[in-house]
Amino acid sequence: MAFFPRVGVYVCHCGINIAATVDVRAVREYAATLPGVVVAREYTYMCSDPGQALIQNDVRELNLNRVVVASCSPRMHEPTFRATVSEVGLNPYCFEMANIREQCAWVHPAGDLTTQKAMQLVASAVAKARLLQPLEQRQASVTPSALVIGGGMAGMQAALDIADAGFEVTLVERTGQLGGHVAHLHRTFPTLEPTADLVGALAQRVGDHPRIRLLTQAEVTGVGGFVGNFVVTVRQGEQQLEVPTGTIIVATGFQPFDARRKPEYGYGVYPQVITTVDFERMANAGEIRVNGHEPRKVVFIHCVGSRDQAVGNAYCSRVCCMVAAKQASLVRERLPQAEVTAFYMDVRAFGKGFEEFYDRVRQSGVIYRRGNPSEIIRRGENVVVRAEDTLLGQPVEIEADLVVLAVGMTPNAGTEAIASLLKLSRSSDGFFMEAHPKLRPVETSMAGIFLAGTCQGPKDIPESIAQARAAAAAAMIPLMRGTVPVEAATSSVDEELCAGCGQCASICTFGALNLHPVRGVMTVNAVLCQGCGACATACPSGAINVKHFTFDQVMAQIDVVEDFGVPPIPHREAEAQVVEA
Amino acid sequence: MLQIESRAFAREHDLFACVQCGKCTGGCPMTLKTKLNPRSLILRILTAGNGFDLEPFEELWDCTTCSTCTTRCPKNVSPMEAIIGMRSAIVEKGKIHPNVKTALESTFRQGNPLTMPRDQRGAWAADLALKPMAEGVEYFYYVGCTPSYDPRGQKVARSLVKILQKAGVDFGILGNEENCCGSEVRRLGEAGLFEMMSEENTETYKSLGVSKMFTTSPHCYNVYRNDYPKNGMQVQHYTQLLAGLVEGKKLELTGKLEKTITYHDPCYLGKHNSVFDEPRAVLAAIPGAKLVEMDRSREKSLCCEGGGGRMWLEGTNPGTRLAQMRVKEALETGAEVLATACPFCLLTLEEAVKHLNADDRLKVMDVAELVAEVL
Repeated sequence: MAFFPRVGVYVCHCGINIAATVDVRAVREYAATLPGVVVAREYTYMCSDPGQALIQNDVRELNLNRVVVASCSPRMHEPTFRATVSEVGLNPYCFEMANIREQCAWVHPAGDLTTQKAMQLVASAVAKARLLQPLEQRQASVTPSALVIGGGMAGMQAALDIADAGFEVTLVERTGQLGGHVAHLHRTFPTLEPTADLVGALAQRVGDHPRIRLLTQAEVTGVGGFVGNFVVTVRQGEQQLEVPTGTIIVATGFQPFDARRKPEYGYGVYPQVITTVDFERMANAGEIRVNGHEPRKVVFIHCVGSRDQAVGNAYCSRVCCMVAAKQASLVRERLPQAEVTAFYMDVRAFGKGFEEFYDRVRQSGVIYRRGNPSEIIRRGENVVVRAEDTLLGQPVEIEADLVVLAVGMTPNAGTEAIASLLKLSRSSDGFFMEAHPKLRPVETSMAGIFLAGTCQGPKDIPESIAQARAAAAAAMIPLMRGTVPVEAATSSVDEELCAGCGQCASICTFGALNLHPVRGVMTVNAVLCQGCGACATACPSGAINVKHFTFDQVMAQIDVVEDFGVPPIPHREAEAQVVEA
Repeated sequence: MLQIESRAFAREHDLFACVQCGKCTGGCPMTLKTKLNPRSLILRILTAGNGFDLEPFEELWDCTTCSTCTTRCPKNVSPMEAIIGMRSAIVEKGKIHPNVKTALESTFRQGNPLTMPRDQRGAWAADLALKPMAEGVEYFYYVGCTPSYDPRGQKVARSLVKILQKAGVDFGILGNEENCCGSEVRRLGEAGLFEMMSEENTETYKSLGVSKMFTTSPHCYNVYRNDYPKNGMQVQHYTQLLAGLVEGKKLELTGKLEKTITYHDPCYLGKHNSVFDEPRAVLAAIPGAKLVEMDRSREKSLCCEGGGGRMWLEGTNPGTRLAQMRVKEALETGAEVLATACPFCLLTLEEAVKHLNADDRLKVMDVAELVAEVL
């Protein structure tokens, strides 16, 4: 029986994001005239519940077999609308999206040309929709185990949660010791608990856990496969291990800002100038001493390497205010004779119990002066901190025999290497980027790879633990389900045309193409194939098609665009964009 | 009244980015002795509504444009450029100190701020038979005003010529045709005159086919590198050129100078352009010389108070000169020579040495002069 496409087109206003620039009504009226289109509608927010109901009603009542939504980027809402149509019995691959927001409304000025471009995009989507084929969504089985990279607080906690839930976990730690930076700290803020207790408890549980395989002095050197079926290569000394795993948690931590990058403070030049990291070691060793003496005049400097665009770190490191407060109070407690001054830009005491702690620290006699010190110079046996007390409006010079620089957090040195191994994105601050800042804070844009702790951005211990437990829960979803959906839009080989030359196999980064030993043609492993299309362009005989992006479908789109012939439209002047709430 | 449109000014200089942390004021070498407070000036402008009166702020002329505030600002604001902008507003209204007026007029008429005749500019090199700059000559040596006219500065230029001739560097000069680069004009706030000069000079250099040039003064080097329209010409400070020659073994220093030397980083070489290592490399190549560092060196170098047009202005507190503080710091190191690589630093530091009666203990010399002694 011949197939007749019955297409429904739905044009979204996206509030005013599209409607302010594009004449939505004209686009809708135009869409109704396109071949195969049975119905065309417009709505304020197609992604809203009533918007989706509109589509579902039409599918049922008008017997639609193809649906086109003209709205935003498929990155956000293609999954939404695929679900919408499949709920009423359409195959999700019978849905097509036209991006008239990012590719049109947001980048061009309002006007006829912009509306014409929106029409063109819709026509192109409809042209493809007419040729869409239903595809079968398959499931792949999942290796029921996880691999955690990094044995700090976050990594240990994530590994424990997953192992406690009954799955095998491999924990890969670069050094010979668990606990990360926290292992070198003296006490925590704001409770002044010895950190040794915290680290010790977790490390012991990790070491004793029957389902955790701990690899110390080990590094991840390669990753293959995909969600549910990764194979991670780990190098441990001379040994090279291949670890199959279902999901991966990255918990590679941070490194303290290198205070030498602020030469005006003379770190590494003056023995009187140390960092908060050095202070912790000193406090752990038992005595606060400089040049063999107990210091009498101690100055803390906040925000060293944080909130500082001069060193490329625009962000706040979130922990240093409290670290400095904790150390200042320790100085007051152990050396009651010492004068303690803390220079700050803003004191950020936002966590539970932080403000109360800050109150106690001030009451212990620490003097907080507002100003970001400009330099430290030598004067006799001591150093002098030069600053402006901005509340007094006066430049001041404070003599000190100990200056503690509250250094911030920076991405760990290995971040770049891990990012390129796992194909992860990084934010402008250099830390790993989460999939969505609000809704998907522990996921990455790579399916099956999750983030925990300070590798994603500065955090204190409770926040790291919280994120670790969230990442563990998210990473267990595929493990518990046992299967993951496999992309249906994969490559397929036309065996009549294939000469078996193997050029496709050499270009495929997923190892999804193999020569069939008997038939002498290439075959596609649909589980490994990600549908990227590289093989289709590499094939000299045009034997490879990517499902859902076939030559016919793509050419139909291009033909429509060509026929339309909209001249180039100027880009909008840079201005504040209207973004979805 | 000297009103500026404070909102437009704040936007132009990105003052809204300021977090009022005071790093600028805390590090400014002038704030301890004058009323100058860049942070508070910024806040005053931000909170002034649409009109701000500059009249009461005579301390705007105290700024030496050393750039300490700007290099350290955590929010990439430039208080220094804001101060230059405020000076511009004052200059535009014609309310300028008579000395500044003289310097600006002299630059306009005679091509130098020193009130010297234009046709005497090349006199320092009359007996040296130097090549005139022309197409095909590898380097253009831009001498600058102070090294052309000031007897002390001339010694530096002549030393440099001697070195370059020994190293076989192919260079030409412009002699009387050379014109002021406009660096100090710009820092004094005469933006219009500066623009005219930069266009004129660029045309001249283009017509002579200049592709590579070097300067005696860090101030000239900086203005060509950072303030002139981009023109593809490679500009170096002479210490960079010498460091290259030393490293490439094209300049062999055969003499001996058994002296302890401390090097003062000129602001316009160091803080403005991060040229810290090359002058030190040149000094280290002097046989017999021993280098010692002052506490405030490199990024922390203390300004000599000669920049930003301050060669022609007393400022609101002529009291203790920064150059005197600097000389005391040099004396503390036990050095016999205080080396620098800037004609302004040379003059201010030398005067400070005299003022402190330290002539017998410390000699102020330019890097070029020291190298010329050991050729």
